[in-house]
Amino acid sequence: MISNLNIIDEGAEFFEISRRNMLKVSAAMFSAPLAERVMSASPPAPSGVRSRDLTQPARTHPPVMLPVALNVNGRQFDVRIDSRTTLLDALRETLAMKGSKKGCDHGQCGACTVLLGGRRINACLTLAVMHDGEPITTIEGLSNGNPLHPMQAAFLKHDGFQCGYCTPGQICSAIGMLDEAQRGVPSHVTENLSVAAVPLTQQEIRERMSGNLCRCSAYPNIVAAIGDAAGVSP
Amino acid sequence: MKSFSFEQPATVQAAAASLATHADAKFIAGGTNLLDLMKLEIEAPTHLIDINRLGLDQIETTDDGGVRIGAMVRNSDLAAHSRIRIDYAVLSRALLSGASGQLRNKATTGGNLLQRTRCYYFYDTARPCNKRVAGSGCSAVAGFNRMHAILGASDQCIAVHPSDMAVAMRLLDAEVETINGSGVRRVIPIAEFHRLPATTPHLETNLRRDEMITGVKLPAPLPGRQTYRKVRDRASYAFALISVAAVIDASGERAQSARIALGGVAHKPWRVESAELGLSGATINVKSIDAVTDQLLAGARAYSDNDFKLALVRRTVHAAVAEILKNSPQWK
Repeated sequence: MISNLNIIDEGAEFFEISRRNMLKVSAAMFSAPLAERVMSASPPAPSGVRSRDLTQPARTHPPVMLPVALNVNGRQFDVRIDSRTTLLDALRETLAMKGSKKGCDHGQCGACTVLLGGRRINACLTLAVMHDGEPITTIEGLSNGNPLHPMQAAFLKHDGFQCGYCTPGQICSAIGMLDEAQRGVPSHVTENLSVAAVPLTQQEIRERMSGNLCRCSAYPNIVAAIGDAAGVSP
Repeated sequence: MKSFSFEQPATVQAAAASLATHADAKFIAGGTNLLDLMKLEIEAPTHLIDINRLGLDQIETTDDGGVRIGAMVRNSDLAAHSRIRIDYAVLSRALLSGASGQLRNKATTGGNLLQRTRCYYFYDTARPCNKRVAGSGCSAVAGFNRMHAILGASDQCIAVHPSDMAVAMRLLDAEVETINGSGVRRVIPIAEFHRLPATTPHLETNLRRDEMITGVKLPAPLPGRQTYRKVRDRASYAFALISVAAVIDASGERAQSARIALGGVAHKPWRVESAELGLSGATINVKSIDAVTDQLLAGARAYSDNDFKLALVRRTVHAAVAEILKNSPQWK
């Protein structure tokens, strides 16, 4: 693989060849484990595995469609959606607001973080129908008519991202987090729980932001951006 | 996800009554565990009862000087409440050590008690699991079992309860308050709330089919200092390998009383009251803490990948006690 990359550097003429070679390598790499997997799947499934007779039609579960008034970034959207729709899918697919990102879809990565009544939540782990009329703020609504929200400006200033996929969640989470800190909400690293005001140190920012993963590992710059926006000296 | 009908009842009584009339209904509170499991079709309710508009979100002082925590109080609000931070610090600490800021803003007191295990075989629908499909077998006993139980397990299930909050509540002798569809209320001591797996690992609590948690009552605060020490694979946002909740009243030369509860070791928070008797009136030292830990670990059995937990419990109990007694002359 490394030699292929070297060929790519040498010129466009070799690019097609090297790309084709890479595809072949990739196919070889993935076909063997796949074959093994298919073979290992052929013995009868263990008794705990749910299986279905494929000659019979699947038991149907017709969707349940419900009306819901979504209040997003100060605008009300009256929509009719499947009860199963997560808030994240409603934002992205129904309202076409693609700013909130789907990473893991299981509440582990924080890319879907939005503000619900000002509090940060994972939009992937809640249902849209549970939030009829409740004020939701997404990355699209933060600037409130201004070019940028101060937190967005701080992320730009400190280069708090690389690929940018986790960034809307990081920024919404950071805004919710600063509000929590201002309200005196303690964290795991807060030494004294009996003090009402919690000083927001770098260590506090890191702990409080642990629900937002960045696979590019832009963490130092993210912490710097949040610290700057919060007025914490580095 | 399987489709489901959905309702938002306006009263606690209506919510409890609805549960009684729908065969496959579930309450949805924070949803942070239920929706996770519904996406994988490990949970597949045909009717969801949204209990987010019922109130049950207050923390009140009770007549005996304790507190009543509404079932819908969010984990973040409970951890940040001034009374909890000062009088029940172990509970604040336990809550703050779990999940992420986003999840704590959603997760509720009642829901946290009912969260399901994070055993990877429970989540892996391609593998047998007695908890997921009763009678199908346990993949963890002979599988990768680093996170699993060392106490109170059975050959049918070695999963652990994932909650930090419940460990602190066990230490504090909390009581779980419920109501059923007919309006009958019941109080369940936390010690009797969660079950050991035995031959029915799919039954995790003694909550009855038609019961709803309305709140959790904490008795008057305990004297002494409290701590919650959690050991995990990451410094933040990870489930416990093991955890220790402790409270020690050592205001005088000798300890007046001490309680210790363990998390991450069993299908329920683990506490052995008889072991704590050895600490009342006795000088707390390395030897006496070791003796108590011996009793906490009586009957412990490790599996292929989790024998480290035996030593880790002992060391973490010592570290928790040392943290409480760091300025005390009796702990050297």
